[in-house]
Amino acid sequence: MTIPLRIGFIPLLDAALLVAARDEGFAEAEGLRLDLVREVSWANIRDKLNVGLFDAAHMLAPAAIASTLGLGHIKVAISVPIALNLNGNAITVSRPLYEALAAEAATAPSQDPRASSAALKRLIGRRAAAGQPPLTFAHTFPFSTHHYQLRTWMAAGGIDPERDTNLVVIPPPLMAKSLESGHVDGFCVGAPWNATTIAAGHAMIMHHGTQIVADCPEKVLGVPTRLVDERPETVTALVRALAGAAGWCADPANRAALARLMARPEILGVAPAIVEMILAGALSLGPAAPAAPDLAYIRLDPAALRPIAAQVDFLLAQMADAGQLASPGAHRADAHRVYRPDLFECAGVTAGQTPIPQPFAARLRDGR
Amino acid sequence: MTNATRIAIVDESPVRSAILEEGLRDAGYTQIIVIGETSGLLARLQAIDPDMIVIDLENPSRDSLEQMFHVSRLVSRPVAMFVDQSDSPMIAAAIEAGVSTYIVDGLKQSRVKHIVETAIVRFNAFTKLKQELAEAKSKLEERKVLDRAKGILMRVKNISEDEAFRLIRRAAMNENRTLAQVAQSIVTAAELLR
Repeated sequence: MTIPLRIGFIPLLDAALLVAARDEGFAEAEGLRLDLVREVSWANIRDKLNVGLFDAAHMLAPAAIASTLGLGHIKVAISVPIALNLNGNAITVSRPLYEALAAEAATAPSQDPRASSAALKRLIGRRAAAGQPPLTFAHTFPFSTHHYQLRTWMAAGGIDPERDTNLVVIPPPLMAKSLESGHVDGFCVGAPWNATTIAAGHAMIMHHGTQIVADCPEKVLGVPTRLVDERPETVTALVRALAGAAGWCADPANRAALARLMARPEILGVAPAIVEMILAGALSLGPAAPAAPDLAYIRLDPAALRPIAAQVDFLLAQMADAGQLASPGAHRADAHRVYRPDLFECAGVTAGQTPIPQPFAARLRDGR
Repeated sequence: MTNATRIAIVDESPVRSAILEEGLRDAGYTQIIVIGETSGLLARLQAIDPDMIVIDLENPSRDSLEQMFHVSRLVSRPVAMFVDQSDSPMIAAAIEAGVSTYIVDGLKQSRVKHIVETAIVRFNAFTKLKQELAEAKSKLEERKVLDRAKGILMRVKNISEDEAFRLIRRAAMNENRTLAQVAQSIVTAAELLR
């Protein structure tokens, strides 16, 4: 008997495991039929999980924790039996901002996020002194790694994002347009929306997410906790299907096929060549393409998927830094119950140990 | 009875927002502002300073809206995201109808429920209307195909319209297919044989 599962996703490359599980037979092999529903907002994903319109969803890791804690909204208890990827974000800035930062920095600003942040701090000071309006940076959701990576980058140079900049939220597919129209000066967003923006020519990628935080938790499979309690075997079957899909996605021989799957109009609606370039880690940085591809730019391999407690601690620290937790200690136990490495183990997936997130740990790209 | 609660409707569908606006006006609410354009949405909302925001779920600006409520300096009054935790059937009904609401603190619970109920009823009415329209449209298409099929039979077999219709109906009955399916086969065959 086939079990149907309705799963919400946002058009982002890190929905890849869900798409590959559905279209490459991994779900079917587990007796599951995935009905993937494209959504336009993370708020919709949370709400449809809450009322039972979705059985599971592609979720921002911090949003799964925030929903469970009831931060900024009613409590929606979510469990995370498997992650969907690590990394995948980048900070992209407008051409004028990139050039202004290049003029402030001693070296090419994309080389070192701490140096570029210091340059941004000086630029902000200069702009304020000249009576110019604050720079506007966009991310995708209050409880998102994009938000936290922007803050981590800014904090390195001593910038207070609340006081010194204007932080706004823009849906990922609309980022490029906002930059082009001058509504925002820079943003942090997931793949493929940085690559599509620079392809249009009016922006530069400032930093890969991996330069800010290496092995950063990103999207997870969010399952309503009541479903995990009622149908644990269905959840572990889904975990196995997704882990199987990860093995397929991580094989370079399948890169072109995966790019074609994800590029389709009903998933991302972008050129397959752009997706393939991102999967190969060949996303250009600043004005010069990287000397060597960054294979960790987005990690969809099985060793990226075990949900680990160190990631919850990392995310709680990020939420606290962003002023989203009134008393971080009080939430700790509840937050840790969201991640369910036990369900991952139950599924019998063999995968390497997921690495612990590390701010500013990435090697400098080519030392130039 | 008139009511001064200020309600902003954020919806890119002009027909649906008109249906909801009418419902709220009938219920006595007079301060209703419809925002159809989502560009510059946050600035518009800050200027309007509504007591309640009603937004459709197809609108990608929901995430932007929620962030605005997190950043206190962008709004003059605190916002409660939804009715209240105990009222989950109403939350489910709203999400299923495709509508979400945001409420500024201090608005009376009974009033909030009343507005949310109106929004649910009107959103569902719009969906039904849309379905009926789609059905009427497909019926019209079927009618057209049937007319073409009858015309073809009348020409080829030199028979009357009534006889042509009887032939199609008999074929449909014998083959357990609909009139439209048989008519479509005739039209397709005629095009191939042309």
